Amino acid sequence: MTTKLMGQGVQRVEDQRFLRGQGRYVDDVAVDPATLHAAVLRSPHAHARIVDIDVDAVLDLEGVHAVWTHDDLTGPMAEPLPLLIPHPTLTHGRTQYALAKDEVNYAGEAVAFVVADDRYVAEDALDAIRVTYDVLPPVVGIDAARAADQLVHDDVPGNIGARMEQSTGDAQAAIAQAPHRLALDLTVERSACTPMEGRGTVARWDPDTNRMQVWTSTQSSTGVRAVVAVKLGLDLGQVDVITPDVGGGFGVKINHPWPEELLVPLAARALGRTVKFTEDRREHFISSAHERGQVQHIEVGFDDDGRLLGLDVEFWHDHGAYTPYGLIVPIITSTQLLGPYKPEVYRVVFESLYTNTVMVTPYRGAGRPQGCFAMERTMDAIAAYLGKDRAEVRASNFIQPDEFPFDQGLIFQDGRELEYDSGDYPASLEKIKALVGWDEFPAFQKEMAALGRKVGIGLACYVEGTGVGPYEGAHVHIETTGKVKVATGLTTQGQGHATVFAQLVADELGVKFEDVEVVTGDTRRMPYAVGTFASRAAVMSGSAIHLAAKRAKEKVLKIAADALEASEDDLQIVDGVVSVKGSPGTSLDLGTISVLSNPLRYAFDEASKAATQFSVGDPGKPPVPEDEEPGLEGRDFYSPERATFASGMHAVIVETDPDTAEIKILKYAVVHDCGRLINPMIVEGQIHGGVAQGVGGALYERMAYDEDGQLQNASFMDFLMPYVTEIPDGIDIDHLETPSPLNPLGIKGAGEAGVIPSAAVFAAAIEDAERIPITAMPISPSELFHLRQEHQP
Amino acid sequence: MKPAPFAYHRPSTLDEALATLAADPHAKVLAGGQSLVPLLSMRLAQPSALVDINGLAELDTILVDQSVVRIGALARHADVLANPAVRRAQPLVALALSHVAHATIRNRGTTVGSLVHADAAAEMPVVLTLLGGSVRVASVRGQRDIPAAELFLGPLESSLAPDEIAVSADFPVLPTGAGVAFEEVARRHGDYALCGVAAVADGDTIRAGFVSVSDVPTVVDLTGVPAGERGEAALAQLEPQADIHATAAYRSQLVRVLTERVVESAVQDRGVA
Ligand SMILES: Cc1cc2nc3c(=O)[nH]c(=O)nc-3n(C[C@H](O)[C@H](O)[C@H](O)COP(=O)(O)OP(=O)(O)OC[C@H]3O[C@@H](n4cnc5c(N)ncnc54)[C@H](O)[C@@H]3O)c2cc1C
Repeated sequence: MTTKLMGQGVQRVEDQRFLRGQGRYVDDVAVDPATLHAAVLRSPHAHARIVDIDVDAVLDLEGVHAVWTHDDLTGPMAEPLPLLIPHPTLTHGRTQYALAKDEVNYAGEAVAFVVADDRYVAEDALDAIRVTYDVLPPVVGIDAARAADQLVHDDVPGNIGARMEQSTGDAQAAIAQAPHRLALDLTVERSACTPMEGRGTVARWDPDTNRMQVWTSTQSSTGVRAVVAVKLGLDLGQVDVITPDVGGGFGVKINHPWPEELLVPLAARALGRTVKFTEDRREHFISSAHERGQVQHIEVGFDDDGRLLGLDVEFWHDHGAYTPYGLIVPIITSTQLLGPYKPEVYRVVFESLYTNTVMVTPYRGAGRPQGCFAMERTMDAIAAYLGKDRAEVRASNFIQPDEFPFDQGLIFQDGRELEYDSGDYPASLEKIKALVGWDEFPAFQKEMAALGRKVGIGLACYVEGTGVGPYEGAHVHIETTGKVKVATGLTTQGQGHATVFAQLVADELGVKFEDVEVVTGDTRRMPYAVGTFASRAAVMSGSAIHLAAKRAKEKVLKIAADALEASEDDLQIVDGVVSVKGSPGTSLDLGTISVLSNPLRYAFDEASKAATQFSVGDPGKPPVPEDEEPGLEGRDFYSPERATFASGMHAVIVETDPDTAEIKILKYAVVHDCGRLINPMIVEGQIHGGVAQGVGGALYERMAYDEDGQLQNASFMDFLMPYVTEIPDGIDIDHLETPSPLNPLGIKGAGEAGVIPSAAVFAAAIEDAERIPITAMPISPSELFHLRQEHQP
Repeated sequence: MKPAPFAYHRPSTLDEALATLAADPHAKVLAGGQSLVPLLSMRLAQPSALVDINGLAELDTILVDQSVVRIGALARHADVLANPAVRRAQPLVALALSHVAHATIRNRGTTVGSLVHADAAAEMPVVLTLLGGSVRVASVRGQRDIPAAELFLGPLESSLAPDEIAVSADFPVLPTGAGVAFEEVARRHGDYALCGVAAVADGDTIRAGFVSVSDVPTVVDLTGVPAGERGEAALAQLEPQADIHATAAYRSQLVRVLTERVVESAVQDRGVA
C-alpha cells in the first residue's frame, strides 16, 4: 500500500508558481492592448444628496468610450443590489445601487463608471465629471448612530437595521440570584481584510455564441454568476464565471456582487469589447468592506468558583451604510461568544446600526473575535474579582468531553441549532499552559519587576463553528492518460486547496499525488457550489471530493474486475495501477481503464483502439451498461446537517515599556483543534497568518474616520498592517485532534481560527503587565500611555 | 491611482537638465521617486513635466574630506548607509539613515531628495540641521549653497526655486572628541517616526534635533542642562502636535524620554571616537 497522504505535511504545489511571480490573478487576464479599462467616480462625501451629475466634458476626452451614471441603468440594473442573506429580524435591510441613485451614504460610494483605453485616461475622465452634492450631516461611530440625532437612511428610525434577541432563560433573574455580579463595558474598533490583491473583474461578451465570460476575484464564483445573469437578463447557461488565482480574500470577497462585478459585464456587452476593472489600494480602503466595530455591555452572575450562573450580553454593531450580507456578523458574535463555556442561562441582544461609513461584511473570524473578546474579558474580570487563577476560572466553566454533542440552545448563523459536535477543552488547556509556561510565569514576572520591567501573560479560548452548509460538490475525472482532474466549485485564495484536495484524491484513488490536478471556482467545471467562507473549504469540498473520488474508484474497480476477470474485493490500486492482490502481473493502469470506460466507434490513437467496437464488450449487451455513463468519472455532493465546531486556545506574553508604552511580544503560543489534520503544515500556515492578522487587529490597525466620515488612513502608510518585524519571531503550536463525527474525514475548519482570540489575549496580557483594566481594542502605545495617566495612583 | 498626464524628460547632462527645468516652471525633478511617485499616483501633485535626473552620473558621488561628507544628488540612502568613510567621518549620518524606511526604499530613495522633500518627519533634514550642513543647488542662473537653517520653510516646503536642482549636500564631519546618538520610536519598523531625537555632545555643548515633532526640523540647545531635566527643557521649546497615531501628550512623553536617553548616549559617546 502507498503511504497515506492524509496527515502529512506535503509541500504546497501552489508555491513554486506563487513564489516565482507566476501566479495568474484577474489583472493578469486580458492583458492585450485591446482591453478597455474602467474607473469609478466615488463620492467624496460621507452623506449627501446628489443634485446633478454633469458628464458632458468626459466624452470629449480622447480615449474615453463610455460613461454610466444611475440614470443610464435600466431594469434590474437600476434596482438596489441584492440583500444576500435576508433574516426576519433584519426589518430595515438596505443595500446600495450599482451606481448611487439620488443619495450617497459613505465616502467612497460608486457614483459614475467610466470606460476608456487605459486606466490613466479613465481617471482623467473622472476628474472631468462634475457632481453637485447637497451635503448632509453624517453619522459616524456607534455613539452617533445610537443617539440618532441624524439618520443615515431617512426611512430607518433610530438607525436600527435590526434588533435580535436570543436566550436560554431568564438571565437577569439568574444574575440577580448569583452570589457575585459584575458588569463590563467594552469596545472593539473597525479593521479590514486588506488582501494583497484588491477586487478586480474582467468581462468579455462573445456575440457569436451569445455568452458572457467573467473573471473575478471572488470567494463565490457561482454567486457572481447567478447575479450577473439576473441583473443583465441572461440565462444562467449564458454566463461563465472563472476565478483565477486570488491574492487573498479574508472575507471581503465573499460579499457580491460588488458594483463593478455587474458594471464591467454590462459595459463589455454594450461596447462589444473586453473590459477590465482593477481596484486600487485607496479604493479598497474606502469602497470595499470593513468589520469588527462593536460596543458591548455585559452583565454576569457567578459563584465562588467563577462558574457562570447568568450571562446577559447587549451589544451594538456598526454595520456601516448598508447590509448586503445580512446579519451574519452580529449573529456569529452573539452565538460564538459562548466559546467552550456553558453558562447556566444566557441572553444576548444586539442592535445592528447604520453609520455613514463603508459597509460591514465578514472579515476572517467574522464576528467571533468580538464575541471572544466579550467572553474572555468577562472570564478575566471574574478571576480578578475572585482572586483566582484565570485558567482555573475558565476550566470550571468548560463543557466536558463526555457532554458532546452539546446543544447551546441557540440558533447559529446557518439557521441551524448551535450544537457542538466534539472537542476536548480541558486537554487543550493543559497543553496551552505547558506550551506558554503558565505556571512558571508569576516567578518570571516577579524577576522582571525587580529589574524595573513590566511583563504580562494572557490566555484566551474560542470555539469556531466551521464548515457550514448548504453544500459543496466535486467532480473527479480520470483521463485516458491516467491523470486525475478534480473540480470543485468553491474558490481558492491561497489556502493550498490544490494541495490538500490532491492529497485526499491520491489517498482514495491510489494514484500519485503529482498526477492529481485540482481546479476551483470555475463554473464551467462545477456549476453547483456555494463559496469559500466560514472555514468551510476543507470540510465541505474536502468531503465532497472524498466522496466523488470514492465513486470514481467504484467504477474503476468494476471495470477492472471485468477486464481482469477477478473479484473487486481482490483488487488493489497502487500508484495508478490496478492489480490483483497477490498476483502483481495481472494489472491494468488507470489510463487503460479510462479508455475501456468509454466504448468507442473510432480509434484516434494507439491506446483508444482497445475501446473500439471490435475489441471490447459482450456483443449480447449494450456497450454502456444500464445505469452507467461512459467515461471514468465520479461526482458527488456533501451537505451536512450542521456545522462542525473547531476550538483552540492562545496565550501570549508581552512586555510594555515603562517609559514609551511600546508593547512587545515575547512569546506567542497556540493550541489548535480542527479535528483530523489533512496537512499540518498548511494548518500551521493558516495559524501563522491568522495570528499575524490578529496582531494587526489588536495592536496596529484601525479605521481612523474623522467626524465628517472621511477615512484618514486610507493607505498602507497610515493603516498600520504589521510588517514581519511586528509579528512574533516564532509561534509555538501544538495540535489536538478531536475528530468530527459529522463528515467522512473527521475534519473541521482551520482558516479563521488564528485571528479569533487576538484582541482578547492581548488585552489580557497587557492588563496583567499594567494592572489596568483593558476594555477597548486595538490599543496603541499612545492609548496605553493615556490609560496609565488616568490610572495613576 | 494613476498620475495625471505629464511630459517626461531624461537629460544626460546637468546643463541640459537645468535648461529643461528652467523652460517649464511647472516641471518637477524626479530622483528616487519614493516620495514623488506616490504623490503623482494619488494626483496630489500634478506637474506638467518630470525631469528625471537618474541619467546624470556626475551626481552619483559620495566624497569625504577633512571637513565635510559631501553626498551627491544621486547617491541612494543605501549607498550612503553602507559607506565606511561616511560612517567614520560623521557617524550620525549612518545612525539616522538606518531608521529611514526599509531596505527596498533606501535602494532607490536619495539622501539629497529626502532633504529637498523637506518632510519634518524625515530623519535626514534634522541631521543636516543639527550638524549645520548645507545643500548646493544649481540652476541656469548659477550655483548657490543653502545652509540647513534656511532650507526648510514649512511642511514639505524647501527654499529651492522651481528651476533649481540640488546637486549635493554637505554634512560637516564630527569634531574630534564629540559624541553623537540617534533614537526614534516608530509604530512599525521602518515607519516615519512618531518622535525621533538626534544629539551631538561636543565638549560642553549639547544640542538635540527633533524628528516628527514640529513642522520643520527643530534643534534645541541643551548645553548646561543636567540629566533628568533635559526632556522638560527640550519640551519647553517645542510644541508637539497630535495625529492619528499619537496624541500631543504622548508625543511630548516621547520627547521627554528620548531626549534623556539620546543626550545621555551622546554624552557617553564623547571621546570614544
Ligand atoms: C513606505 C515609505 C516609507 C518611508 N519612510 C521614510 C522614513 O522613515 N524616513 C524618511 O526620511 N523617509 C522615508 N521615506 C521617503 C524616502 O526616504 C524618500 O526616498 C525620500 O524622502 C525622497 O527621496 P527620493 O530620491 O525618492 O525623491 P523623489 O521622490 O524623487 O523626490 C521627492 C521630492 O524632492 C524633489 N527632488 C528630489 N531630488 C531633487 C534634487 N536633486 N533637486 C531638486 N529637487 C529634488 C522632487 O522633485 C520631489 O518633489 C519613505 C518612503 C516610503 C515610500
